[in-house]
Amino acid sequence: MMARSITADPELTTPAPKRPAVRPKRRRNNTWVGILGWLLGILFFFPVLWMVITSFKTEAQTYTSTPSIVFSPTLEQYKTVFDSGIWPYFANSAFATIVSTFFVLLLATPCAFALSLRPVKKTRDVLFFFISTKMLPIVAAIIPIYIAARDLHMLDNIFTLVILYTAMNLPIAVWMMRSFFLEVPGELLEAAEMDGAPLRRTVTEVILPVVAPGLAATALICCIFAWNEFFFAVNLTATQAATVPVFLVGFISSEGLYFAQLCAAATVATLPVILAGWVAQRQLVRGLSFGAIK
Amino acid sequence: MTAIAPPVASAQRVRARPDRGRQGWVRRAPLLPALIFTIIVTQLPFLLTLWYSLQSWSLVRPGSEHFVGFANYVAVFQDSQFWTTALNTVIMTVGSVLIAMLLGIGLALILDRKFIGRGIVRTLLITPFLVMPVAAALTWKTVMLDPTYGIVNWVLRPLGIGQFDWIGQVPLLSVMIEMIWQWTPFMMLLVLAGLQSQPKDIVEAAGVDGAKPLGIFRELTLPHLRRYIELGFVLGAIYLINEFDAVYMMTQGGPGISSANLPFYIYQRAFLGFEVGQAAAMGVIVVVMTIIVATFALRLIFKSFSGTEQAA
Repeated sequence: MMARSITADPELTTPAPKRPAVRPKRRRNNTWVGILGWLLGILFFFPVLWMVITSFKTEAQTYTSTPSIVFSPTLEQYKTVFDSGIWPYFANSAFATIVSTFFVLLLATPCAFALSLRPVKKTRDVLFFFISTKMLPIVAAIIPIYIAARDLHMLDNIFTLVILYTAMNLPIAVWMMRSFFLEVPGELLEAAEMDGAPLRRTVTEVILPVVAPGLAATALICCIFAWNEFFFAVNLTATQAATVPVFLVGFISSEGLYFAQLCAAATVATLPVILAGWVAQRQLVRGLSFGAIK
Repeated sequence: MTAIAPPVASAQRVRARPDRGRQGWVRRAPLLPALIFTIIVTQLPFLLTLWYSLQSWSLVRPGSEHFVGFANYVAVFQDSQFWTTALNTVIMTVGSVLIAMLLGIGLALILDRKFIGRGIVRTLLITPFLVMPVAAALTWKTVMLDPTYGIVNWVLRPLGIGQFDWIGQVPLLSVMIEMIWQWTPFMMLLVLAGLQSQPKDIVEAAGVDGAKPLGIFRELTLPHLRRYIELGFVLGAIYLINEFDAVYMMTQGGPGISSANLPFYIYQRAFLGFEVGQAAAMGVIVVVMTIIVATFALRLIFKSFSGTEQAA
């Protein structure tokens, strides 16, 4: 039972030993499927690859009608990007991401606990409520949020983004954490209760070890969404609290002139999330489907 | 309700019954901070939007606000640009979700087979979804789709397409290409989860009985996948109906409003046109539209949700 969070891994759930006799025809088919798979995988990955490749070119190498594949890579663009003051944006993004994720977990974990292992009445209504907030378009809320932030002198303030990102990710986290809590074996809990362990000890010694991987996965998903968020950032920040996506907007005004530099900036902005996503890929579906699919 | 509540829940509820009252609040307490926070941050703005939509209010003229009833709604319904952007929203959402789903099913079927380096291919395929939408849109706008220096046109040159101006000539399609590219991995992951939860022995038995692969797919696999595909449609629609980043970065809704969707148009009205009342009225209309989609979504999510729990 404890292993289930790990066996979300499809490679592992595929019952390999149950298929002993792979017919030769099937194997040959799989070779072609494999080749097709690789081709399509590279095709889908190509824009990212091209972005990274271009970031190592000089601007002159970018503006050729026949794309130059062979060139001597240069770090010039990265140097320009880092010298052009991306750091404050990076710091803002990191702050908003980490602090909002911390608050999300702080609020979501007890909430999910109350909705799973110690269910309250109307559990279903509360769950419905959380998920429904995710479905209402943000664009319909941005005007009052903007006006409220303006009147509270919170425009261009990083804590405004922290609050909004917390609210944005909270429903996902509640649903995800609930699905992890439901995996805590009932016998374990009962045994702990029988021994008369106080709730705090049950939580720290029985429940937390089981849901810890889930907690990490939830945190990663929340980080990805917060890091990539653009709509609130572009509308509510200016110079002090602007995040990395807002930094990239600067490149559409100088359109068409600095492709290589733009690619370097885009690579820097994207890399943290790609790495986090690769690590969390097994849990990605679960987060995106609100825990409905493991 | 008990049919949906997980078994653990019903068992504990029976035990909880004797000590109601104070005990109930002890149980409810951990829930409240998150609930109250969410209500304040997400529900209050919507109520205010509703209120603003009944006002005439321009951000540039302080103190100009006054109650106008449904005048904003009348103005919005008479605004031909609103209808154009509404239609664009539908085309973008439905088109992208459909195509992404078809591609996702195809890719998931490939990934469901065993081949060398499958894990790596899977990682490559999910990457587009992880790319920061703003960065993805910029990449597509420049190094991919640029008429002169973009690699897409270079690849298509032998076909005689030459220097086609994607963003200028087919802005809506260009934005959709970017959206489809980003959302195909999402659909693929959902369908793949469905494929891998399919009992293998039934499929193999059908194969032994001489059923053709296509027949197996239509009669066995597709019905099994239905739930996952439906879930992909509604979740994709909910996320994509709100698409803003790609429109903002790639076309700014242009030329004219030919590639603007409702979120972008509302943003323009509120922050560039400073028409709070009308923008709010449009917001309310979008909310109503989304609620219609979301009703289906909620039902589906709960169905699949309780489904996996029963299976677990």
